Amino acid sequence: MKIRAVALNTFKEAIRDRILYLLLFFTVVSLILSKLLSLLTVGDKTKIIMDAGLSSISIFGVLMAILMGTGLVYKEIDKKTVYTLLSKPINRNQFILGKFLGLIITLFIMMAVMTAIFIIIILLHSGTISWKLFVSLGFVFLELCLITSVALLFSCFSTPILSSIFSLSFYLIGHLSWGLEALLKKMNPGVSKVLTQVVYILLPDLENFNFKTEVVHNLSIQPEMFLFSFFYGIAYTFFILMLAMLVFRKRDFI
Amino acid sequence: MPEAKALEIKDLHKSFKFGFLGKKIKVLKGISLEVKKGEIFGYLGPNGAGKTTTLKCILGLLFPDKGTINILGSDHLSIKSKEKTGFLPENPYFYDYLTASEFLNFYSQLFHKQKTEDINTLLTLVGLIEHSHTQLRKFSKGMLQRIGLSQALLNDPEIVLLDEPLGGLDPIGRKEIRDIILSLKEKGKTVFLSSHILQDIEMICDRVAVLVNGAVVNQGRLDELVSQEILFTEITVSKISRKELEKFGKPLTHFGNKSLIQIFDQDKVDEILQFVKEKNGKVHSLVPRTQTLEDIFVGIVKQK
Repeated sequence: MKIRAVALNTFKEAIRDRILYLLLFFTVVSLILSKLLSLLTVGDKTKIIMDAGLSSISIFGVLMAILMGTGLVYKEIDKKTVYTLLSKPINRNQFILGKFLGLIITLFIMMAVMTAIFIIIILLHSGTISWKLFVSLGFVFLELCLITSVALLFSCFSTPILSSIFSLSFYLIGHLSWGLEALLKKMNPGVSKVLTQVVYILLPDLENFNFKTEVVHNLSIQPEMFLFSFFYGIAYTFFILMLAMLVFRKRDFI
Repeated sequence: MPEAKALEIKDLHKSFKFGFLGKKIKVLKGISLEVKKGEIFGYLGPNGAGKTTTLKCILGLLFPDKGTINILGSDHLSIKSKEKTGFLPENPYFYDYLTASEFLNFYSQLFHKQKTEDINTLLTLVGLIEHSHTQLRKFSKGMLQRIGLSQALLNDPEIVLLDEPLGGLDPIGRKEIRDIILSLKEKGKTVFLSSHILQDIEMICDRVAVLVNGAVVNQGRLDELVSQEILFTEITVSKISRKELEKFGKPLTHFGNKSLIQIFDQDKVDEILQFVKEKNGKVHSLVPRTQTLEDIFVGIVKQK
């Protein structure tokens, strides 16, 4: 009940934020541009639309998660609304969970709007939709959940600008860390390999959520891969949320 | 049977670290006080004395270095004690995108529903019923203070903590809020009121504690702290020259044919009245001045 109240209030705050609509507008523009891009390309036009469309939804979704997530807790502290809220019978963990869920609801609705537009564009072009597209979009959403939790964590102790930089770095590192995996395969056994292995484990691997290639080129996907990515996303998000709660639980509001 | 305590603070310490080297500054230095059920308790202190820090510790917004805080017999961080507490912060800021009723509705969901008072009743009490569908961003400072008070009363609390509740209000607004605070006492509620506006405290509080540099330097009933002894008498007379008045006391002002004189020796008051009568003068006013809370407060702060 209390988590729901905070989540709904966060949702109300988010949907009244102009930046959300600005990003939504740019997503729609880039989805329409993907159709135009396909006209200029030699080859399978549907693949171009799907590739560019999925990338647009993913990138703008991440921007929404970061730009809004980093202000979630910071704004409450900066505007001192947290003083009255936490003086009510609500514990700090419920507050963090409510804030997180509020933004997740917002992102879910935004994803639904973007997906609907995307599907209309594909249907107008090819007339068919693969189920794999929905799976891919599902993993984009899971990635957004993880990025939101990261933004929320930084928001608990840092300013929105710094939190945005940190969260964006997390996103970029997460999409480049697969390079370490490739490097590990070529390394000789030894201390350096162990250290690289540790770094690889600690760094997020957001490529686990990237099923664009499989969808665009209609490649088969092993169920184990789905399951691994799904549990990886859930566990990582849960871990980051726990960290955020730990940081927030100990925080003094000076 | 011992008197029931609404709030009990024992040996509260709080320090903050500042700067790159983490220099420690002690803000609260062992505060102990008790607030009895049903009283209005004034928490006095100059700016920076630690009043808001104490309130934040009570509400769990700051974690004390040392000490214990109990609200109505429960630990101050427990959900049980928060269910019975209302709080109005200094210069309240709220979710400005919400309307007044949306805002109260949101906060009411954080309590057990059966304890939530009717939102419209509260908006009527603070005089904002006509603005129930106005967004808080359009509220004036005084209106924000009122909506702040209404959220503090949302759960029909047993103890209400108010941080500078009369700050930024016009004289009518101040009177209305004072009346609400007094009506809370009539209902048997406990009010802990932090302020540096002495007149407000003097008008409504039963007991006070004076905080200076993070330590309580004096506390007790107002009538115990403030002596009823007459300090001096101010008399306004006319048709008597300033020079003639000097033998009775200290002439303060002279306007037209009227003079204001301050007399410290009470025997001289009768003498001057007799003198004015003999000289066919006129007494316009006679005001005996007893000690005020301000005198006590200024004395303590200067001493410290």
